[in-house]
Formats: sequence, structure tokens, C-alpha cells
Amino acid sequence: MSGKDEVAIVGAGMTKFMRRAKETPKELCFEAVRAALDSAEMTLDDIDCVIHGTAPDAFDGIHMKGEYLSDGSGAFKKPYMRGYVGGGTGVFSPIQGWYHIASGQFETALVVCEEKMSSFQPHPQGAFLTIFDNMTERPLKPNLLWIFALEMNRYMQTYGITIEDIAHVSVKNKNNAIKHPAAQLGKEITLEEVVNSEVLAWPVHREMVSPTSDGACAVILANKKRAKKITPKPIWISGVGWNLDTSYWTNRDLAYPQYVENAARLAYKMAGIKEPKKQINIVEPYDPFAYKECHHLEGLLLADKGKAPQLAIDGVTQRTGNMPSCPSGGLLGVGNPIAAAGLMKVCELFWQLRGEAEARQVPGKPKYGLAQAWGDLMQVGTVIIVRN
Amino acid sequence: MSNSVAIVGMGYTSPRPLTPEVSYKEMIYEAAIKAYHDANLPSHKDIDGFVTCAEDFIEGTSIFDEYTPDQLGGVQKPMHTITGDLLHGIATAVMNIQTGQQDIVVVEAHSKLSNVKSLDHITHYATDPILTRPLNVNPHAFAALDMQRFLHVSKNTLKHCAEVVIKNKRNAFKNDLSCHAQNLTVQEVLDSEETFRPLTHLQKASPVDGAFVFVLANAKKAKKLNKKPIWIRGCGWISDSPSLETRAWDTCDYAKLSGQMAYRQAKIKNPKTQIDFFEIDDTYAFKELQHLEALGIYDKGKSGNALLNGALDPDGAMPTNVSGGTLGVGTFHDASGGLRTVEMIKQLRGEAGPRQLKKANTGLAFSWRGVPTTSGITVIYSRKGA
Repeated sequence: MSGKDEVAIVGAGMTKFMRRAKETPKELCFEAVRAALDSAEMTLDDIDCVIHGTAPDAFDGIHMKGEYLSDGSGAFKKPYMRGYVGGGTGVFSPIQGWYHIASGQFETALVVCEEKMSSFQPHPQGAFLTIFDNMTERPLKPNLLWIFALEMNRYMQTYGITIEDIAHVSVKNKNNAIKHPAAQLGKEITLEEVVNSEVLAWPVHREMVSPTSDGACAVILANKKRAKKITPKPIWISGVGWNLDTSYWTNRDLAYPQYVENAARLAYKMAGIKEPKKQINIVEPYDPFAYKECHHLEGLLLADKGKAPQLAIDGVTQRTGNMPSCPSGGLLGVGNPIAAAGLMKVCELFWQLRGEAEARQVPGKPKYGLAQAWGDLMQVGTVIIVRN
Repeated sequence: MSNSVAIVGMGYTSPRPLTPEVSYKEMIYEAAIKAYHDANLPSHKDIDGFVTCAEDFIEGTSIFDEYTPDQLGGVQKPMHTITGDLLHGIATAVMNIQTGQQDIVVVEAHSKLSNVKSLDHITHYATDPILTRPLNVNPHAFAALDMQRFLHVSKNTLKHCAEVVIKNKRNAFKNDLSCHAQNLTVQEVLDSEETFRPLTHLQKASPVDGAFVFVLANAKKAKKLNKKPIWIRGCGWISDSPSLETRAWDTCDYAKLSGQMAYRQAKIKNPKTQIDFFEIDDTYAFKELQHLEALGIYDKGKSGNALLNGALDPDGAMPTNVSGGTLGVGTFHDASGGLRTVEMIKQLRGEAGPRQLKKANTGLAFSWRGVPTTSGITVIYSRKGA
């Protein structure tokens, strides 16, 4: 068994992404699962196993958060497993669903990702203080904005990229998100507004960083036999890859995400994709910060090193361009409930490749889509390639 | 289970209640080196994927998977974390290998519980924040409730529970890994400090530190790497309801259904005759009996008397926790599946020394994730492949 095109996505659903949801974490899961099941005209009785993705327990303030979320996710008396790779979880969870089915042990799988960041008071950024090495880094009280500002700076310095170049990504994604019904931060915004927004940690500006969000997403996977019975339009998982770099992030060159390339190469090999720039029609790279979309497009081998910002400037990555990037609006526009944000990208590909993305539909007949997420200490890459 | 997967290497550190001189990373490194050596791996570069099992709050670090690759040789490799028992990691590695995309996968879990100053407080945070946590009940009280109900429904007795403690702590004398071997009487167990009635102090496993690493491979690689591969014949895992109000208190469904799933894969029709020995969760003494009955090894209410008749002893019909279990060795929390798997491998390889069982062809390991969860996992190991 190779796993290629043996597992399909047959249903998808999501909640609205928002700053403060009134629903409990379980209720958010339930809502996303309900939407996914309805979209595939299935019930929980049709589900063989459940996979859950959610990032740090500290957000919800619940130890063994996966256990707590299990019944809201439909795992009642079912095989249930929670996996995580920090921010990379959202794209890793469907990979986890893929290996549950590709192993031959299950015919269907429900994949749920949830994050409720607003429970953490006064601001979820505080939860990130506890992700750093407790001896060498935590005493310095670093936060995520600072370390990503370091990485952005390094990226800009290495290739001579300007803030204006990168700001094009924010403009594109926030404008794309206007057409996403679940988006938190879709808005008409100009390059000047992005560049003139508040500096949070140089060179990161407010309009170049995704918001904190609450939300949940779910997809349903099925093997070949079941998928064809469930829907006439299954979206096949052609390739998957994941890769984790060293914990010692200070010891490597932050200009290039080698681990993303490693994950992408695994996925391309499995999918039989030899020329990704030509063969990938839609891409949903992880964009919690504007520069990350560029960084990741390069790691995914979809742009030459240091050249990704030019794609946004030239309109290549616009929804109507040759290689639409984040047609959903991405994390910058739709929002960033960490694990759910990654799965939102996979949902977007599902809708785009089925021609169901309505006002966001990319033109032409896209065949291959790629979604990627990233996380931990700028350390993990997760990649999934799907086709119709 | 078709598409066979075997364990070809194991490594572990010596369990101890306190390990102030080493970090968890150093413990994992030691276990990994031993496992790779045991698996005859030419290099850690031959490993295709890595799985670790951990929970953030126990580690004291959010997004703990950040700190997993270096000490295992997993840098820039496919690696991810499962929030589950080590046996969940084994099931994950099996699935990864069965996809055909990975040939050799490493599973790691560890306990550095000596670093945790307020374990009960943390466990309290695993309860429902809206419905249960405000009641401010110590989570071990849920185990006591469970025990009350089990004894009431099954008609097993407190004496039976005490005998589990006596057996496991006695078995532990023959295990060089044990930290809590002890000769006890029923009265001593029942008279030990009452924690949450009817639980007493000696009926609960005490935490220890330790790391476990296992190397799994597909059939082709397994046969090349190790002369005594231990085959994984079935993995079944189930979560019942996390809420206290809606779970199956009488039937222990997480154990029952996970057993049934594993038996199906292993093509085991009668676990009473087809499985030779058992390493079963005994976080609380009554759990060993409850789990044996739920797994179909004994009918409801029959495990206690079987225990008194010596059936669960090493020379009995259903040797259970010959290792000493977590009552005798100590609990590693989510790494406890590692202790069980080590015992499985030693017995099945015929390397268990003074506690080697005469008949050890197929064994069953069962882990439960502890209060307040209802997540359990069964793994069936065998000397012979499918």
C-alpha cells in the first residue's frame, strides 16, 4: 500500500472564527462536526474513528484537553486519538486521519480541530511564555512576536526584502477574507494602511499578524470504497509529509525553513509531483504573519528563495492569478484559532476543488491543491496535497 | 492483523522515585541508545518516523512536542506527539508502518513525575471546567466512586483488592526494575491510610521516573534486524465519555470495547485460552480486577476468587502483572504502557530471568489513562507473526 489517492475527504465544516466565542470548547467542536457530517449526509454511526487536533492545553486551561473534548467531537465509545505538533497540528490532523485509514484499519475517520484562545486572560500571548525552554529561554521572558520578528528580520536581511514587499501579502489575504462567511478579519485594506499600522515588534506590524481566535473545523475522510458511495465528488489525498526540526532554534539559520522543504518533498514524492510550481494549482500556505506566507512558499519549492514577495506584488498569488495563494483569506483574514486554522485551509481546498467555494472560487479547473501548516519553535512543517 | 509490524528493539532507564541528577532529555537519550542497539540499527538515520507520548501540563511546558526530536535522533524527520499512553504511541506507529510510507518507526514515552510538585492539582485541571471543577473534588475520589460501584455490582470484596496489592508487590521482588516491592498482609493493605473510602494508600500506585523507547518495523525489516522480533497482533483503543454523568460506570466500556477491537484484529475468539499472560493497568488495585473482567478474561464478579485461588499468580492459569505492575514497580503515568511492553518483550523473548513464565507465546497489555478519563488501549503481542 502506498497511501496515495486511497483516502478521500468527503465532508467539511467549520464554525465562524471570532475573538470571543460564547460556546464552550466542546460546543465549538460539536458545531463543526455537525456541519461536516451534514455536508456528507452522514451520522456518527458511519464514523469508525475520531482524530482530534488542538494545540496547547494552556489556552483552555484544561489538562488532557483531548480527553475533555472527546464527546463534543463525537468520539463517544469510539477509537479516539489526539495528536499535536503545535501550530502545525491543523494540517497534521488530517494526515493523522489519513494514516488511520491508509493503514487499512478503518474505513472512515472524523478529524476535528478546535482552539479556544479567549479563555486565557488577559491575553493568550501569556500562554506562549510557557513554550520556551524552562532553563535557557524562559527566564528571558520571550514571546512569540519577538521570536517571529527575529525570523522576519533575518528573512528580509538575507534577501534584501522590504516591509512594503511583505505587506502585499496582508493586503491580498485580508481582502480575500471579505468573501469568507466565517472570517474574523476580512477587510478592505491598502498597502499604506498595512505599512503605517502600529509596530508590535520590529519589523512586525499589527496588520501583518493574525488575530487570536476561537473556532473549530472538521473534515470527514473515507477509503476508496466508502468515499465513492458517500459523494460523487471525493477530494483525494495524494501526498502527505511532516517534519520536525531541532528544539534548538537559536542554532539554525532562520532565513529558510528547511523542515518545510523536507515535509514538502515527502508529500511531492508520494503524490508523484515532479514540478510543483506547474502542478500545484491552489496553495494554502500557513500565514500567521505576512512574511510566513512568503517564507513557506519558498520552503514548499513554489517560489525561488527570496522571490516569494514578488509573487504577491505581481499578482501571481491573487485569487485570479496563476497560483492563487490563501484564496480563503488565510490566517491573516479568516483568523487563527491555532489548530483549527490549519484545518480551515484543508476545508478551503476541499471546497475549491469541488467548485463549491462560491464567491471565493478560483477561476479555471484546479486539479491539485496544497495546504501547509507550521509551528512549535519555528520548527515543524506539515503538508498535505489533495486533488479532485 | 495483516500487514505485520514487530517490535525489534527496546530501551529503558532504571525506574526510580527521584532522579535529580538527570533531565528528561538525558533519560530519553539513554533509553534511545539502548533501544537502537537492541534493534541492531546501524544508525538512527535509518529510522523513518518518530512518535512521542506526552501531556503539556505534566511536562510543565506548553506545546511539549517542541522538545522531543534531539535526544531521539529525530531532527528533521517526520515526528509527532500523541497525548496518550505509550500503547497509543505503539498503535500510531503500527498504523504509520501499515500505510507503506514508513518502514521503521520509534515510539517514546517518559515519566519525570518527580518534577511535578502538585500532581493532584494538575489532575484536577483535567475535570470539566464548568460542571465538575467548581465542586473542588480531588480526582482520586472519582476512582473511589468507581471502586464502590465496581465492588457493589461485581460482588468482589475489599479483601480481593488487597490481595491484588499483595500479589503485585510480591511479584515485583523478582523484577530488577521495581521500586515498590513489599511483603504485605491483607490487614496491612486495608489498614494503611485511608485516602478516599474505600481506597487506602497502599491500593494506589506511586509515581516513579523512567523513559522507554521502542523500535518498530515492518515484517521485511524486522526479520533482518532482530532474530527475536515481537509481533503486534492487535491494537484496540476506545474512549468512553469524559463526563462523570454519562459514562458507563457498571461496564467499564473503554476496556471492554478496546479488548474486542484488539481481539478482532488478532483473530482471537477466546481470550481466556488464547492469551498466556497479562500486563493490566493496576493504577488502583481494584482496576486490575475490573479491567480483567471487562476484557472478558473473567466473567463479572469472578476475578476476585480466581485471584484468591492463585490463578493470577505467575504459575497460575492467567498470570497477571508478573512484572509487579505499577503497584509493584511504580506508575509512569502515560509511560506505564512502556513498563507493560518491556515485560511483554522479555517474556516473549524468554529473557525474563527469575520470573520467566513457562508458557509465553501471546500476551496482552492494557493501559488506562487514569482519572478522570475513560480512555483505554489494548495491545496484543506475540512471539509469532500473523
